[in-house]
Amino acid sequence: MAAPASTQHTVARDPAIVFILKKSVISAFVALILFSLMVGVRTFPGETGQLTYTTRFGELASIVAIVFGGSIVLELLRRWIGPVGGIELPATVRHVVSTLGRLLAPALLIFALLVPVIFYNQRYLLDLSILVLTYVMLGWGLNIVVGLAGLLDLGYVAFYAVGAYSYALLAQSGLPLPYFISTYPFVAVDFLQLGAWAFWVLLPISGLLAACWGVMLGFPVLRLRGDYLAIVTLAFGEIIRLVIINWQDLTGGPNGISGIPRPTFFGIPLTPGENGFAALIGVPFSPTHRLVFLFYLILALALLTNWVTIRLRRLPIGRAWEAMREDEVACRALGINITTTKLSAFAIGAMFGGFAGAFFATRQGFISPESFTFQESALVLAIVVLGGMGSQLGVALAAIAMIGGFELFRGLDQFRMLVFGGVMVLLMIWRPRGLIGHRSPTVFLEHNRAISSDVVKEGQG
Amino acid sequence: MNGGDDILAVEHLSMRFGGIVAVNDLSFAARRNRITALIGPNGAGKTTVFNCITGFYKPSSGSIRLMPAGGGMMRLERLNDFRISKVAKVARTFQNIRLFPGMTALENLMVAQHNMLMRASGFTLLGLLGLPSWRMAERDAIERARSWLGRIGLLARADDAAGNLPYGDQRRLEIARAMCTEPVLLCLDEPAAGLNARESAALNELLLAIRADYGTSILMIEHDMSVVMEISDHIVVLDYGVKIADGSPRAIRDDPKVIAAYLGTDEDTATAVIEGDA
Repeated sequence: MAAPASTQHTVARDPAIVFILKKSVISAFVALILFSLMVGVRTFPGETGQLTYTTRFGELASIVAIVFGGSIVLELLRRWIGPVGGIELPATVRHVVSTLGRLLAPALLIFALLVPVIFYNQRYLLDLSILVLTYVMLGWGLNIVVGLAGLLDLGYVAFYAVGAYSYALLAQSGLPLPYFISTYPFVAVDFLQLGAWAFWVLLPISGLLAACWGVMLGFPVLRLRGDYLAIVTLAFGEIIRLVIINWQDLTGGPNGISGIPRPTFFGIPLTPGENGFAALIGVPFSPTHRLVFLFYLILALALLTNWVTIRLRRLPIGRAWEAMREDEVACRALGINITTTKLSAFAIGAMFGGFAGAFFATRQGFISPESFTFQESALVLAIVVLGGMGSQLGVALAAIAMIGGFELFRGLDQFRMLVFGGVMVLLMIWRPRGLIGHRSPTVFLEHNRAISSDVVKEGQG
Repeated sequence: MNGGDDILAVEHLSMRFGGIVAVNDLSFAARRNRITALIGPNGAGKTTVFNCITGFYKPSSGSIRLMPAGGGMMRLERLNDFRISKVAKVARTFQNIRLFPGMTALENLMVAQHNMLMRASGFTLLGLLGLPSWRMAERDAIERARSWLGRIGLLARADDAAGNLPYGDQRRLEIARAMCTEPVLLCLDEPAAGLNARESAALNELLLAIRADYGTSILMIEHDMSVVMEISDHIVVLDYGVKIADGSPRAIRDDPKVIAAYLGTDEDTATAVIEGDA
C-alpha cells in the first residue's frame, strides 16, 4: 500500500505536461477498450427473437473524452495538493489537531454509552449502532491477526460462523454432561438444558471453540506467507461455509437454524410475561428494552476486545506478535517460538470472532450460511486496512464510516457501491496506511512518541 | 589446544547446497571468555558456518558442541532454530542488520527478553491481570534495557523507532539486543561493516567490555582487520569452505597461506611479498 506514495515521488521529477498527457491518453485508451462493448454496442432481442444490436459511438466518444479530461483534472489536483504527508501545518494548528485527536477516543466512548439514551425512540438507529458495534468488535478481533501479527487472514468469517453455530446448536440441544450408570460401565451423555442462562454459559464456550478452530486452521498455514497465506485462509473460510451448507443433519443446511434463545438480563428474560424484566422493575414492557440491552451487551464485548488487545500489546506475547510482523528471522534468533506466537495470534483473534458470532446468533434468533460469505471477511478486512493496521481507534472509526456509510447512501441504490469504491480509492491515495497510520510504542522511557508509518512493516504473512 | 576450556567445538562440519560444497569438513574451537574471529575472503563460507551454529541451517554432516560454564554439553546441530537462543543461549547478529524497524530502541531490547518475560507473566495470564510479580519483572526488564542503552550511548534515543537510527547506532543496538538474551556465546556477523574508524574503535571497546563484564565468549566474522587484529584472541581463516589457518593474530598475519588466499595468488608469491616487506 506504500506503492502509490513512492510512484508519486518518482513521477514529480518527470516533465509535468508530457507526463500528464501521457497518463491521460493511457487512461482514455483503457476506457475505450473497456467501454467499447459495454457502452459502444447495445444488444437487444429482435422481432423474431434473434440478437440485434445498434452502435452508440457518440456515447462511447463522450465517455472516453470524460475519462481523458477527468484524468488531467485529477492529476493536476494531485499535484496541487502534493504528495502524501507533504502538507506542513503550523505548530499551533498541529497542537490543536493532536489535542483533538487525543480527545477523540474518550469522546467516542462517551457518545457510545449515551446512544441508547439519545436515540431511545429510534429503533432503526439503535439497530444500526448494534450492527456497527458488531463490526467494530470483528475489526478489533481481526486487527490482532492482521494488524499486530501481520498475518493476512481472508477467512476471518469462518470463526464468526463457528461462534454463531456453536451458540445456536448448543443452546438448542444443551451442554453434553457425562454421567455414570451403575449397571453399565461406560460414560453416558446427558444434555444439560441451560434455560435462561444459556447465553451467558455458551458465550465463553463459543469463543473457546472458535479459538480451537483458529489453532486448527493455523497449523497448516504456519509456513505460508503473504499471498499464499491469504489464499489458503480464504479457502478455509469457504470450507467452513460449505460444510455448514452440506451437513444438513446438524446445521439445517441452507435453511439455517431458527428459534435460537434470546439473551436474558443475567437470567431475567426480556419478555412481556410476569417474570420478565419489565414486570420485575415495574415499568411497562417495551421491545426497545431488548434492543438497549443488546446494544450495551455488544458495547461491553467490543470494549473487552479492546481492553484485552491493549493489555496484550504491552505483554511479551503482544510484543512478539509485532516483532514477528517486523522481522520473523530476527525473532527466531532471539529465541521466540514462531509457531506458538503465530498460533496464539490466530487463536485469540478467532476467539473474539467467536464471541461476536455468538452475539450475532442471539441477536438475530436465526442464522443461515448466507450470513457468513466471503463478503463479510472482505468487509472486516477492509475495515482493518482502512482504519490503519494495528490502530484500535482507526479500526473503530473505519467500522463507523464503512457500515454507517453503507446505510447513509442506501438512497443511492445501485450507485452505493460506486460511491463506496470511489471513497476507498481516494482514501488509499491520500492515506495509504489507513486513517490512523502511525504506531504508538508499547513502552517508553521519556517520551511517548508515535512512530511514523514509513518505518513500520506490514508483515509478509 | 586444551579442549577443556572450549565453549564451542565444531567438528568435521560440512554443508552442501545441492552440488555446491559451502563448508567442507571444518573443525575449529572457540575458547571460553575469548574473542574468536572467523575470517576469509568473500564466499569462503563464513556466514554458512554461522547459520549452522545458530540453527538457521541444518548441517549436512559434522557436529557442533556447546559447553557452557556450568558443565554439560549441548549438540547445537540437533536443536531447532529458536531453541538455540532460548535453551543453548547462543545469540547472533546479522550481516544486514535485522532490527525491528517499526519498534523503538527500547522495545527492541524488550522483545529480546521475551522468554524471561513470558515466564514472569505466567504465559500471559498473570500479566493480563496485572499482578505485582509481573509488574516487577517488567520493571527489571526495562531497567536492563535502560542500562544497555546507556552502555551503547543510545539512552537519548530510547523512544525513537529503530529504523530511524543512524547506521552505526543500529549496529550497536543489534549487539545490545543480542546481549539482552543473556547469551553464553555471542555470534557477530560483520559487526564493523559500514562503520567509520571512530565507530570501529568504539565497537572494539564495547566488545572487550562485554567479554570482561559478562564473561560472554564471542565468535565473530569480520573483514575489518583493524578490529580483528586488535581484539581477537584467536583467528580461524576459511577459504573455499576449508580451514586454511588457525592461530593467534600474530601468527595469522604472517601466514603465507592466508596472504595468498587474500591476494588471490599462490603461496610462493605471497612468501616473496612478505620477504620483500621485511
